[in-house]
This record gives sequence, structure tokens and C-alpha cells, in this order.
Amino acid sequence: MTAPTLDLMAAHPFLAGMSRQQLDRLARWSHRSLIHAGGRLFSEGGRAERFWLIRDGQVALDVHVPGRGDVLVETLGPGTVLGWSWLFPPYRWQFGATALAHTHAIELDGAGVRALCEEDPELGRELYRRFIAVVVDRLQATRVRLLDLYAGDQS
Amino acid sequence: MIPQPYRMVDRRVETTDTVTVTLEPLETELGRWEPGQFTMVYVFGVGEVPLSISGGSCGLIQHTVRDVGPVTHAISTAPAGTVFGLHGPYGQGWQLAPPTTGDLPPKADLVVLAGGIGLAPLRPVITEALARPGRFRRVCVLIGARRPADLIFTYEYGGWRAAGAQVLVTVDRAESGWRGPVGLVTGLLLRARFAAPRTTAYVCGPEVMMRFAARDLSHLGVPADRIRVSLERNMQCGTGWCGHCQLGPLLVCRDGPVIGWDVAGPLLATREL
Repeated sequence: MTAPTLDLMAAHPFLAGMSRQQLDRLARWSHRSLIHAGGRLFSEGGRAERFWLIRDGQVALDVHVPGRGDVLVETLGPGTVLGWSWLFPPYRWQFGATALAHTHAIELDGAGVRALCEEDPELGRELYRRFIAVVVDRLQATRVRLLDLYAGDQS
Repeated sequence: MIPQPYRMVDRRVETTDTVTVTLEPLETELGRWEPGQFTMVYVFGVGEVPLSISGGSCGLIQHTVRDVGPVTHAISTAPAGTVFGLHGPYGQGWQLAPPTTGDLPPKADLVVLAGGIGLAPLRPVITEALARPGRFRRVCVLIGARRPADLIFTYEYGGWRAAGAQVLVTVDRAESGWRGPVGLVTGLLLRARFAAPRTTAYVCGPEVMMRFAARDLSHLGVPADRIRVSLERNMQCGTGWCGHCQLGPLLVCRDGPVIGWDVAGPLLATREL
């Protein structure tokens, strides 16, 4: 299981450029997963113990709004990383996630990767740096969406 | 500069506030236009606005108009048969590279990235890029809108896909029944299949969106001079005389509206320009 996962991890944009040795250590906490369309990956408030590197398919992030049900706030597709609540206490999901299509991913164990980051600071720094870049990217995209730019554009 | 009379022969509702009008010349046709150029459209008794050309052939000109002011309201609500005055075409267009000559396979990829009604001036360049198979190795059309109901030209997406384009669509806010991506249009770049170093990118939409798109395209490796954006400024005359559309050393109506990011980027990063 580890060898093919290692190759898939090396090919994923989130981990691009990491050394073979670092990937190998991460791969020990990973396995391939297939989430069928409609499959629920996690729900708001649940324990955040895993994260996924999406290879193919699409996952929707949602939040429950009383009276409106689960409101879709964003989708994540191939090449993206799903889940960062496992990184920080209280290790609880802030949103829910459902696969909108059959989704192939590499699933990683959060506690295992956290422990790995503790014992290998260089790997930990590299991984946290990449997660921060993802968080910043999504924060900026969210801020742009908050501007509601299309409301006032014209040809 | 003298407006030529054009009659509206077709009016197609795109969204609740956007229509595409097809205009035919009554007397003299405007000169040959290039994708990305615009005309000045005069509504008699109301006023004049610059409008990107969103399509047309055989003398017909199409404009896709959003109802945002008195003149665009008059155009949007005018019945078929209404006569407008047009002059132009004006400005620099997208400057689509000529097709590969001989038997050489195409090497270049094309990314078209549009936000909201920014798809309007890009539509003719998509049509032209797909008209000759093999002109580009790959054509990616990335479209963002506020809501699914705000998407324009949806009736053409199927044809673009059938012609070989990868068409990806995202919205800021999903509605029930929407099964596609939700998020900023730049998020689609990860899903688009293109080789950045040999890609030309055409971007049109709200200015902030274009800044983010150009930044992301640059990060991916698309050369700045091959990222072209369509700017919007207060264009009054269309010919560079009045100066209302000045952006630093540029007059957008004359030197634009389509400008390379290597030139536009620093100007848009300067406040008060």
C-alpha cells in the first residue's frame, strides 16, 4: 500500500518538491481512499483526525444554517487539500464535507502526522509552511468573494 | 466619429439584468472589428456608452449589456427594431496569435478567464480560437459568476466543449440544484489543463478579480506579457482625444482596453491612477 501511495503523494501539487525521504515518512500515515458521490467525510463539530489530498473528484464544504439546512460555502477539487482542523486544538471540524462526485484522495492520519512533525522538525516546518500557504490562499479568495465584485461589474 | 444607424434585429435575455442585442447596419457598416474591441453606442436622446463587442458576423454586431445606468437601461429595455447610433470599432483587441503554419502541431495553450459579464468581450475570441481546430494545443475557458442565474452565454458552453475546449464554471454562491464548483474563479486554474510557460491568458472581469487572476497565472509560470487583461475606465470619446480614460501613460480607449499584464500590472498597483 505504501509504495503506490508514495508515488501518488509525490504527484500531488500540495506535496510537490518534498524530498523522497519526507514523502516516505508521510506515506506511512496515509492510504488511498475513494469517497462515493454523496458520501459524508465529516460533519461540523466532529473530531478532526484526518485530512485528504484530493486527486480527482469534488468535495463540498458546508455549514448548517437553521432554517436553510446545510449551506454549501465552497468546493474543493483535484490538487487541493481538504481539512486543517486536525492541526490545531480543539481538533474539531468547523465545517462539514460531502463528496459531490466520486472522489479519489490520499487520506492521512492527523495524530500520526502531528507526531511525525514533532519528531522531525524540518518536515514539520515544511508541512506547516504549505498549510499556511493554503490557508492564506483560501482567506484571500474568501475576502475577494466578500467584496461581491460581480454585483457591480459592467461590459 | 459620426454614428452610423444600426437597427436592433434580435434581443436575447441572458440574465435578469443582462441582454445580448444584435444590431444590423442601416447604411454604412462599421469597419472590420477584432475580438476585444468596443464601439460607442448612442441611444438617441439618452446618451452614449462604450460597449465591448460580444459577437456578430456578416455585418451584424452583438453587444451584451448589463442594465446599470440610463443608457444601458435604454438599450436593455429597447424593443426589437430600435435604431441606435454606432461608431468605432475602437481600441486594441486581444490580438489572437495567428494559426500555426504548415504541418507543425500547435504548441501554445490558451486560457480564457472571465468573471461575470467579463465573458462578453471574450466570447468572440473563444469563437475564433475554436473555429480552426489545431490553432491551439489546448483551450481552457474558466468562468466565474455570482450565482448560477448570473451566468451568461450558457447556451454556448456545450458547443465550446464539443469544439475541444475545457470549459469550467464556478459560482460564488450556490443555489439548490447547482452541482458545479463553488468558489473564486481563480480556483479553477488548478483544474485547468495547460502548460503555463507556453500559455497565453486572456482575462476580463472586475479589476480586483483580474489582479488575483494575473497574480495566480504568474505564479503558475505564465509570462506577464502573455497575460492580457481588458481594462475598464471612463471612456467618453473612444479615440483618445478627451483623456477621461487616462491610466498613467495610457489612454485606455486608444492603447487598450486590452493590455498586457507586464504594462497593466504596475499601473493597477498604483493608487489614484
